[in-house]
Amino acid sequence: MSVDKDTVNKIARLSRIAISDAEADKMVGELNGILAWVEQLGEVDVTGVEPMTAVISNKLRLRDDVVTDGDVRDKVLANAPAKEGSFFGVPKVIE
Amino acid sequence: MTDFSRLGVAAIRDGVANGEFKAVEVAEALNTRVAAAKALNAFIVETPEMAVAAAQAVDADRAAGKPLGKMAGVPIGMKDLFCTEGVQTTAASHMLEGFVPTYESTVSANLWKAGAGMLGKLNLDQFAMGSSNETSYFGNVISPWRRNDGDNAALAPGGSSGGSSSAIAARLCPAATGTDTGGSIRQPAAFVGISGIKPTYGRCSRWGVVAFASSLDQAGPMARDVRDCAIMLEAMAGFDPKDSTSLDLPVPAWEAGLNSDLKGKRIGIPREYRLDGIDEDIAKMWDNGIAWLKDAGAEIVDISLPHTKYALPAYYIIAPAEASSNLARYDGVRFGLRDLPEGAGLQDMYAATRAAGFGEEVRRRIMIGTYVLSAGFYDAYYTQAQKVRALIARDFDNAWASCDLILAPTAPSAAFGLGEKNADPLSMYLNDVFAVPASLAGLPAMSVPGGLDKQGLPLGLQIIGKALDEQAVLNAGLAIEQRSGFTAEAGEWW
Amino acid sequence: MSEYRIQGNTGEWEVVIGLEVHAQITSESKLFSGSSTGFGAEPNSHVSLVDAAMPGMLPVPNRECLRQAVRTGMAINAQINRWSRFDRKNYFYADLPQGYQISQLYHPIVGEGEIEVTLNEKDPDSPTKKIGIERIHVEQDAGKLMHDQHPTMSFVDLNRSGVALMEIVSRPDISSPQEAGAYLKKLRSILRYVGSCDGNMEQGSMRADVNVSVRKPGGELGTRTETKNVNSIRFMMQAIEYEAQRQVDLIESGGAVVQETRLFDPNKMETRSMRSKEDAHDYRYFPDPDLLPVELDDAFLEECLASLPELPDAKRARYEALGLTAYNAAVLTAEAETAFWFEDLLAEGVDAKQASNWLMSELFGALNKLGKTLDESPVNPKQAAELLGLVADGTISGSIAKQVFEIMLETGQGASAIVEEKGLKQTNDTGAIEAEIAKIMAANEDKVTEYRSGKDKLFGFFVGQTMKAMQGKANPQIINDLLKKALG
Repeated sequence: MSVDKDTVNKIARLSRIAISDAEADKMVGELNGILAWVEQLGEVDVTGVEPMTAVISNKLRLRDDVVTDGDVRDKVLANAPAKEGSFFGVPKVIE
Repeated sequence: MTDFSRLGVAAIRDGVANGEFKAVEVAEALNTRVAAAKALNAFIVETPEMAVAAAQAVDADRAAGKPLGKMAGVPIGMKDLFCTEGVQTTAASHMLEGFVPTYESTVSANLWKAGAGMLGKLNLDQFAMGSSNETSYFGNVISPWRRNDGDNAALAPGGSSGGSSSAIAARLCPAATGTDTGGSIRQPAAFVGISGIKPTYGRCSRWGVVAFASSLDQAGPMARDVRDCAIMLEAMAGFDPKDSTSLDLPVPAWEAGLNSDLKGKRIGIPREYRLDGIDEDIAKMWDNGIAWLKDAGAEIVDISLPHTKYALPAYYIIAPAEASSNLARYDGVRFGLRDLPEGAGLQDMYAATRAAGFGEEVRRRIMIGTYVLSAGFYDAYYTQAQKVRALIARDFDNAWASCDLILAPTAPSAAFGLGEKNADPLSMYLNDVFAVPASLAGLPAMSVPGGLDKQGLPLGLQIIGKALDEQAVLNAGLAIEQRSGFTAEAGEWW
Repeated sequence: MSEYRIQGNTGEWEVVIGLEVHAQITSESKLFSGSSTGFGAEPNSHVSLVDAAMPGMLPVPNRECLRQAVRTGMAINAQINRWSRFDRKNYFYADLPQGYQISQLYHPIVGEGEIEVTLNEKDPDSPTKKIGIERIHVEQDAGKLMHDQHPTMSFVDLNRSGVALMEIVSRPDISSPQEAGAYLKKLRSILRYVGSCDGNMEQGSMRADVNVSVRKPGGELGTRTETKNVNSIRFMMQAIEYEAQRQVDLIESGGAVVQETRLFDPNKMETRSMRSKEDAHDYRYFPDPDLLPVELDDAFLEECLASLPELPDAKRARYEALGLTAYNAAVLTAEAETAFWFEDLLAEGVDAKQASNWLMSELFGALNKLGKTLDESPVNPKQAAELLGLVADGTISGSIAKQVFEIMLETGQGASAIVEEKGLKQTNDTGAIEAEIAKIMAANEDKVTEYRSGKDKLFGFFVGQTMKAMQGKANPQIINDLLKKALG
């Protein structure tokens, strides 16, 4: 599988990363180089192998249903690039 | 007068505890050294007042006869991937420039509780993505080491914990935190002739550590000797209910358990790591390591880890895939950089912010990760990689039938010059070839100095252990340390 | 169960409907953080650093949310998956702080089940149909965007961000708006019985994404559209009607249905394309590496099962066995609140038939007049039981009971106190009644003669006159007996 410039542009859109035409051109070569290399994984016989789910055997712990957090609005908003009163502000979204 | 820069963690802790010197004296001495070493660019932010404040608290506790913590009076460097309350935390990215967390990571909080103080936030590869510390928005970190050919080329301190390795090797701090996703503690430790251990996945909480790849990220200590690593790991580790992947196990007394007598231990030498065209100096160091462990009483066995060659490609699918999702939260809405071009809508703001905020390598990995997870490719890439990862973990499980530890080089070469491997991302990735398998399997692994190469640069030996058996890893590291006679230091040129 | 057909120019069309219902799980705290789920708080106050997706923050799952999903699954006889997993659904939006929603795609916690619905649930003869449930999975809710507070900005409130939802996905087994309505009502009733969701559609605790396609009867499935976030049963039925008709018109005029997301506008009663959400989504689902697989043990599952209440269908059967009519049993079990009220009356010792008749005729009528719901009833089951007890032991008659109940509704006084104060106790004094009967017979000799010559119907006249003379307070049974004796 190899990527072309359209694919690179599509991935960039999905990633929400603006790229210039020149960057897209450069990225075509780089991504193809990396993808061609990782594709050697296809050689491995994985018949009957389950994908790894937990690196070290461990069990998911479940929390009790109690309110232990929140009410930290100042902390939540402290680093906001555009704070409007108690809200985060973003460019107007038209739905 | 004591040269505090020559003291390690144990020596400072003991000296403070015994009243040989005050913690504040140590903090001030190291603050001075940090301030004088700007040429290395190891720190993004210096926090001398915090180092002094922590030291004063320890001195006061001692004067009041209160019990002192495991790291009492030891000033350390904090990799700038750990969120520190009230102190800018950037992950070395423009994206987080000016971000001041309102919270403290569990690992750093554990260290402060143990009596350590913070000299500053250490530079690193941007979002921990890199093997040379050349991807930092805040500039390259320079290794204190130089080749013996007299050309004074600036060398890479390794990555991603390059600020940590450089600062420790330059004796700006006795120890520092690192994080290891695919070798980011071990490779930089090897490059500058110090020690560093990545514990078993789940030993150190990931809460409050800027995430790169969740299933691989693991914090660990870096220091100038094995004992110091053991002490600091004890202070960093521990169960954290806020991290669902944290291991609910008591922290062993690793320092007290140190013992370099390896009688009865079997050391596996993986034949697949002896790559064609392996560097001659690396091969020689490896042979020396084998001899030292034998001398310490261990039995050497030949083992096979058949899927080794697939570890790196699997890693370069899994890590970018996780990163592409973990880094989606950097969108310019709640914190960090916002780039809002004139008239831009929400989605344009995202694209502009993320293009401006992320460095080239970060963007590249996000793109790879996005691609391998996208519709139609998920199974061929991601699922296949997770299956191969399971096979790599199984290789280790099989190996433990015939050995207790594995000895291998940490990296395929000594430190390279800054700029030497930038042209081709792949050649940089290949530097992690020996480090990545243990990361994929979540196993404890350590790098200790193994000697110098022909250019006079340090090389590292890597010890990989069974899950949860950090003690055996540290003990083997200690056995090597006692026999390698590694005392070389970088000249103080800065 | 119903032959719903749209008459087009080219003949009949049938409609194929599937529903994805998002139900907010009843819990104190959020799915992956300890913040409150409370409704109506100050903006961004029920938000933790985890909900705001600050760097390095990690999710820790809430046991109760998983428990409620499992109990819901058990209530619809679904397969419960002991091993499930959370996946990340990746997309960018300002109400989604992480840049992904933690959901379950590959291994949901609940697998296939079914819900039996009747078109008219109160009619025992109405035909029934089984609607297949494909899965129930647990996921995070998003925050809220407000667009009307500022000329150039939208505002983000993360209070809802991370609240637990169940997504209940039906099979496309639904074939009319009425069936869809019946399904949603039945589902809501089950959720309320189980206690896993309050079912409050106005507050948004339950909303439906409606998948609709049309086809010629028995033909190939058509292309479907998805109408998002419909928040009432009536709107959903209207949306289906409109959307099915639109698709038929479109196809018959030579067009083709586009697979897309649509929005229902209740003012215009139409659906329209949501172009803003059109840009090709590729959610890049993958297992959340911050979480381990969910593994449910026997003890957990046993507790879930043991804590399940009696469900509507079982309750209905039991009520019928208690002697209730099928109709009454159906009405009393349709909503959990009604059944619980009824059972509270039984617990106070009221006879089942008396309780059901009184609820259906007296209480419902009164609440209807007051414009109140059962929850807001001014009379509680204990007070009602006191009133019904007075009827049962003959202290007051049924007609007096009606008067007493009205006073109770107005004043909140207890039944016994009212009866005492107003002197409403019915009399069993045979002498007094016989005296009144004698007077009435004397005043109506002609009617006595008519009755005695066979006009039995006149008996009611004498009962009425006697009761009137006794000011309603005589025991009707005694009046009957004495009149029979006197009239011969």
